[in-house]
This record gives sequence, structure tokens and C-alpha cells, in this order.
Amino acid sequence: MSEAVIHDDHDDHHDHKPTGIGRWLFSTNHKDIGTMYLVFSLIMFFIGGAMAMVIRAELFQPGMQFVDPQFFNSMTTVHALVMIFGAVMPAGVGLANWMIPMMIGAPDMAMPRMNNMSFWILPFAFTLLLSTFFMQGGAPAGGWTMYPPLVLQLGDGFPFLIFAVHFLGISSIMGAINIIATVFNMRAPGMTFMRLPLFVWTWIITAFLLIAAMPVLAGAVTMLLTDRFFGTAFFDAAGGGDPVLFQHVFWFFGHPEVYILVLPSFGIISQIIPTFARKPLFGYASMVYATASIAFLSFFVWAHHMFTVGMPLAGELFFMYATMAIAVPTGVKVFNWTATMWKGSMTFETPMLFAIGVLFMFTLGGFSGLMMGITPVDFQYHDTYFIVAHFHYVLVPGIVFGIISGVYYWMPKWTGYMYDEKLGKLHFWTSAISVNVLFFPMHFIGLAGMPRRIPDYSTQFTDWNMIISIGGFAFGLSQLILVWVVIKCIRGGEKATDEVWEGAHGLEFTLPSPPPFHSFTTPPEVTDATAHS
Amino acid sequence: MAQKTIVTAKKLFVFAACMFGFGYVMVPIYDLLCDVTGLNGKTGEVSQVEAEAKHVDMDRLVTVEFDTNVNPALPWKFKATEFKMNVHPGEIAEAVFVVENTSDKPVVGQAVPSVVPALASLYFDKTECFCFTTQLLKPGERKEMIVRYVVGSELPENISTMTLSYTFFKAPDSDDVVVSETESVKAISTKS
Repeated sequence: MSEAVIHDDHDDHHDHKPTGIGRWLFSTNHKDIGTMYLVFSLIMFFIGGAMAMVIRAELFQPGMQFVDPQFFNSMTTVHALVMIFGAVMPAGVGLANWMIPMMIGAPDMAMPRMNNMSFWILPFAFTLLLSTFFMQGGAPAGGWTMYPPLVLQLGDGFPFLIFAVHFLGISSIMGAINIIATVFNMRAPGMTFMRLPLFVWTWIITAFLLIAAMPVLAGAVTMLLTDRFFGTAFFDAAGGGDPVLFQHVFWFFGHPEVYILVLPSFGIISQIIPTFARKPLFGYASMVYATASIAFLSFFVWAHHMFTVGMPLAGELFFMYATMAIAVPTGVKVFNWTATMWKGSMTFETPMLFAIGVLFMFTLGGFSGLMMGITPVDFQYHDTYFIVAHFHYVLVPGIVFGIISGVYYWMPKWTGYMYDEKLGKLHFWTSAISVNVLFFPMHFIGLAGMPRRIPDYSTQFTDWNMIISIGGFAFGLSQLILVWVVIKCIRGGEKATDEVWEGAHGLEFTLPSPPPFHSFTTPPEVTDATAHS
Repeated sequence: MAQKTIVTAKKLFVFAACMFGFGYVMVPIYDLLCDVTGLNGKTGEVSQVEAEAKHVDMDRLVTVEFDTNVNPALPWKFKATEFKMNVHPGEIAEAVFVVENTSDKPVVGQAVPSVVPALASLYFDKTECFCFTTQLLKPGERKEMIVRYVVGSELPENISTMTLSYTFFKAPDSDDVVVSETESVKAISTKS
């Protein structure tokens, strides 16, 4: 009892923080945990990026140059796992941790200790995963999709891969539960659901997707584990199983997963575009419903990842039409963002540049996705560089740019200082140009028939591969600018105002920059005038 | 932590646990769907009586091709005596396969059948097949095995050729079976 009293007193000193390493290890503060998520994500982004550089160096010329094929395959496999589960997802959770309590007028997340756990699981999970590089049989090399029977042939690293995936699943499920519990129970008075900022909305929906999809992945990899070690035969034809079943279970998780990755990015640019267009978001309600429909439909399209396994025509048609249907709510969102900018008083600070980059280049990736949704032509595109071009367009300029734009947008709020606008613009333009040099030609070589996940290629693909690799190296180097901008901004600079941006709305911009250790100790009153950024 | 938060969190944890279970429920659902649609080319089994009762369509001939594979873990040779057969839909036909154990150990194998095009598997039934049970071959043993099958006369008109493919795998519990077999053989020989 007395402890509780002391604790209450302790909360009254707004900026009293625990110090030293303990502040981070035992942190229950949404801002500190958010920071740790973001730093972790940045580190993973560079680890995964280094692997991409190895891939591009090997593919600079035909023939074998630097690495042996097994290691090349490990690079493609682990690059994907690190980027998806280590870079993009933690970045999204990190932004959610930092921003959601401030955006809904709460003091902190609903379950701060669980929040701490869901972060600290991540370094352990990635230690497990990356340690496989030093094991007998090497790191996973059968593709990030872990298809049996190939993945079952992995050496000693196999259980490490499976348990790493389990940990990642547990971490993101706990993170998702925390976010939903926070938004459902800790909104400020007057902050009704239809007044929530769109970033919060996209995160609620993402969190539900996580809770629905991640356990299915956990189930699928558990079946792999028991197939290998405990004599079950879920995917083993000899015991009456079917390897194709794994693809169904995996993609039942896998397709919602792509929306888990992209929806937070949609939320971020839905905050940024209105700010810099100085107009409220066009079609707020339709944005909410479109996001929810995308999430709902994402559970009925999984087999478009596996049109070539041999499906009855009716199945192929069903999954083709369901896939096409997702283009409708996505189109609603794209048109709404464009309409928000229409006749707005736009300025082009770095966050806005990145957000417009998302709008343009995500849409481009969406279009190539539509092409592949058409069953008969997918047979040509399947497992070529065309699909590599498609998902990198949605993932890099679609999602990573979205996250980066969010970082630029909120960084002055976090640190209290403006970032270096010149360096930010340099970062945008080098990234935007190099990302297209990197990924656009992949469409061409893909259509011409270059298969993915192979360390060598036919000589007619040489020129484009050289250009792609140069784009890749340039994109990799450009990201160092981001690190420099972040470090510089933490160290100091021009003082940021509370609003930070001229056109910024929302509760987070009513707090001082940097915000106090506990965001809103007295809940703010939200009215129609202050809602809808 | 507020009571409301705990309730929300509990509900969501239960939901997550259910979704984990759902991953496993997909296994029987998939098997059922495959049975109904012929999705994975698995073939059916009928009794001799049912097969004989089928109407034979003498006007139509369907080509059934045979494909044989051996999983690398199994030291066997496996062949069909005939590469293909022409059969009338509804007629009971018999194909002969030869299997040989090339190793110096007794091994148990299990054949797994599959029909292409998968849709045709709905109309392909067997009354007798070596794939229904595991097969034990002694070192160097050679064995002829038969498949008695019938192609249903409801087979869609556009299918004129189908391939019946078998892959022989080492039975998952092969080593245990072989050990117990040899032990029982030993036991019998010591008794006498």
C-alpha cells in the first residue's frame, strides 16, 4: 500500500526518469520503449541492408563472383526475415508506442510491463535467427516462406529458425494486444472512435490482423517442427501429408501480413498529407472503412501467392476476383490522399516529400500487384524478378518511405529540435532516385524471364543487373544520411515549437516538444474543433 | 491497470489462442476439400462389388499412363510393366508393377499415389492397391504387385489421358518394423 502511495508521488514529478542502463532494460515508458523499437529497427534495417548489398554484389555480373550459392540463398532468405520481422514491423510498433498514447490523450500504454517484454523478446529472437550463420548447415536458405520439404533439410539451424519465428510472433501479438487495449480503454473524454487520428485507426486494424494472423504462422512452423523431430506428417507425403498444405496455411498468414506491414504506413501518410496540404483529410470515414475492408478481404486472397500449384479453375477464379476486389478500397485511399492535396496550400518539407513518394510508388507497386492477380499471366510472372520488383515497390518506397516520413514528421516532437532540412531533402532525393534505379529495371528482366533466388543468370540480363546493383549500392549509401540526420537532431539544432509544423493538428502537437515523460496526466477534452488532423 | 484493460487483454489472448488452433483445423479442412474437389490428386478406394456394378462405356477409350518414382532415402527399384493402358470407362483394369530391394537390409516402403489431372482423381477408384498397406522387402527381394482400378464413366469428356503416379517412400517407422520383424524371426528360430 505504502509503495503505491510512493509511486503516485513519483508520478507527479513529470520529468523524473530512471537513469543508466536500467532506464532501458526495465523501461515501462511508452516513449522509451518506442525509441528502443525504432533504434532496433534501424539496426536491423542496416543488417538486412548489408545482406541485400551482398546479393547485389553477387548479381553485378553473371557467373559466380563472391559467395557460394548456399550462402547466396541464405542471404535472400535471412534478408527477407530480418527486413520484415526486424526492420518494418518493429518500426511500426515503435511509432505506435511513441504516438498512440499522445494522439488519444493517454498518459502511457495500457500494459506497460507487457510492452517492455514485447520489445525485449526481439533481440533474443534475432540472436537466435542470426546465430544460425555460425552453425553446421548454415543459416536458413530455403526462402523466407519456409516451404517444406526444402526447409526441413536445413541443418542445425532449423529449430533456431522455428523458435525465432515463435518469439517474433509472441512479441508482435503482445504488442498488438497492448495497442488495442490502450485505444479501447484509455482514450481522452470526447475522443470517440470516429474522431481518432487515422494513424491510430490503421494501427487498431493492423493489431487485429496481427492477432488473427501471427498465431496461424506459429501453428504452421510448429507443424514443421513436429514433422522434423516428432514424426508427424503434416507436410510429408510419405506419411500421407501434403507439402502444398503448408503453402495454404503459410499464406493464410502471409497475405494479412503484407497489410500488417503496409497499413501503419498508410496511417502515417494520412497524418502527413493533410498537415502539409493544410486541409483536413478528404473522406475520413471512407478511409476508415476502406482500411477495414482491406483488412477483411486480406483473409480471402491467400492462394494468389500459389496459383501455379495446380488449383481447380473455380479456385483460381475465386482468388483472382477476391484479389481484384482489394484494389477497390485501396483505390479509395489513393484517391482520398490525392483529393486531400487538391487545391491545398502545399509545402514540400521532407516528411511531405516522402509521403508523396509513398503515394506515387506504392501505387506503382499496387499496379504490378494487380497484374499478378490475373491468374493466367501470373504463370509467367511467378518466381521471376517481376514479383521481386512488385513487392519491393510496395515494401521500400511504399512502406519504408512511409516509416521514414513518419520519423521526419515526428522527430522534432520527440527530440525538441528541428532536423536538418537540407540533409533531409538530400536523403529524400538520393533515395527516391536510387530506389527507382534499383527496382524499376527488375520489371523488365522479370518479364524477360530472369528467375528469382538464383545467384547466377543468363548473360542477356547483364546490363540491367549492373544498373540495378548500382542503384542498390546508391540506395544503401543514401540511408546513411538518415542516420546522420537522426544523430544530429538528437544532439541539438533549432528549437521546435509545440505545433512543430504550421498546419499540424492533433493532440500530440498540443504537448511541448519534447513531450513530458508521462504524456497526458490530466486527460484533455476533445471536441469536433480539435479532432481530425 | 484498470479492470477494463485486463478484460480486453484476456479476450484478445483467447482470440489469439483460437487462431493458433485454427491453423491446425486447416489440416482436416484441407483434407476434406481435397476429397471433395480432387485438389491434390489423391485417389479413392471402392469395393470390388461397387466397381463391378459400374456401367461400362464401350464407346470410349481413356489412356491411363503410369509413372513410378522412388524417394532417394529408399534403396529400391520400382517400375510398371506397361507404360500405359487403354481402358473403357467403367471397366475394371489391372496394372502390374515390379519392385526390387537393391540393398542388403530388409526395408519397409509405402507407396503414395497421385493422379494428374487432379480433377480426374475424383473419377479414379481402386479396388486393390499395394499402396493401401506398407510393403516389406527382404534384401534383394523382387516382388510383383498389382493395382486393380476403375475409371468412372462420369469422367468429363475433355479428359482423354490421365497419369497415375506412384512414389515409394521409406515408411516413417520402417526401422522399428524391420527390427521387430527380425526379432520375431529370431525368436521363432530360437524356439525351434
